[in-house]
Amino acid sequence: MIRAAGLSRDFGPKRVLRGLDFEVPRGGFLLVTGPNGSGKSTLLALCAGLLAPTAGELEVAAERREVGYVAHEPLVYRELTALENLDLYGRLYRVGERRERIGMLLERFGLWDARHERVSSFSRGMAQRLALCRAFLHDPRLLLLDEPYAALDDAGGRVLDEEIAALARERTLVVATHEPARVERLATAKLALA
Amino acid sequence: MTYFSDVAALARKDLLLELRSRDTLPAMLLFVVSTLVVFHFALPTGTSATAEVGLLWVAILFTALLGLVRAFVAEREQRVLDGLVLSPCDRSAIWLGKGIAVLAFLAAAELVALPAYALFFAPVSWELVAAVALADVGLAAVGTLLAAMAAAGRARELLLPLLFLPLVIPVVVGGIGASVSDDPGRYLAFLGLYDAVFAILSWASFEYVVTE
Repeated sequence: MIRAAGLSRDFGPKRVLRGLDFEVPRGGFLLVTGPNGSGKSTLLALCAGLLAPTAGELEVAAERREVGYVAHEPLVYRELTALENLDLYGRLYRVGERRERIGMLLERFGLWDARHERVSSFSRGMAQRLALCRAFLHDPRLLLLDEPYAALDDAGGRVLDEEIAALARERTLVVATHEPARVERLATAKLALA
Repeated sequence: MTYFSDVAALARKDLLLELRSRDTLPAMLLFVVSTLVVFHFALPTGTSATAEVGLLWVAILFTALLGLVRAFVAEREQRVLDGLVLSPCDRSAIWLGKGIAVLAFLAAAELVALPAYALFFAPVSWELVAAVALADVGLAAVGTLLAAMAAAGRARELLLPLLFLPLVIPVVVGGIGASVSDDPGRYLAFLGLYDAVFAILSWASFEYVVTE
């Protein structure tokens, strides 16, 4: 589903990714690790199509509607409520039975009681839960999760563990994390960036 | 129909955000009225009607600029634009939704500006109202595209006026011409042509502005 050959990405004079080669088959799970600044987020942004490679090739065999992306920021409007944000994305992604799906995800990630609150009043962990709801909303075939455990408490982390375990093998996943132990057993390939 | 339902969802979201935050419209209203008050006292008595209407257009232009500087603030702060760009909706729908919201703010500002102009300077003619309405479409179309371009840069507050003001000179020419000429139809047609050309160009090029 994803194939990279000699993939490089520069930001000005700085080369963040240098000649990466990897392949993630359909149903595969690529675990990406590495220290801060090693290019994990850049790699996921490239896979999402938000950045273009400076050199090399990157093929992602998925349409935009088939990609779920969790970035460092939750990519939601601070002055809208959790429900309003998910409703907007649900409309844009043409999610069938949108309200039921949104309700199920909010319940699952423990945000149901806060559904009418504006995101600006959310803690960092609640915003991350909302970001996960947004990424899972349209049941994507390819999930790109950049530090998905960031700011999650134990309960939130356990829910995400269960979601990732349920999706592994059925969906294609690329997960960049500083907590590889949580998902290592599910990974079909590993990429350690330096 | 899905294209227009996307546009409607995006425009409704912008209007809701403004209703909640009240960041843009009150500032535009205050600015346009203050500017007209300043012009009223700055202009010597006996100034020509052309000069008066020219100052109205200056006020309209800078009020639009004020609104456009803030047009993509919510998208930029939380990188929401990335989320919208990744969604499967046609990317031009993002431009159109935002453009409709900008147009609504501009129209609201002019609902206050035109009576204020009538109070301080001269009665408002139907030609002036028609010119302002046509100009709004062009300002919103071009301005929304440029605001999206500027939002990606670091010096966005500087970049937007530098890009916007030269491109909307035809709007000022058409607007003033329609307001004071004996043949306003020619200038109104010119404004209509400007709207059509720049709306199509902005609609078609937005995708390239928001993708790398």
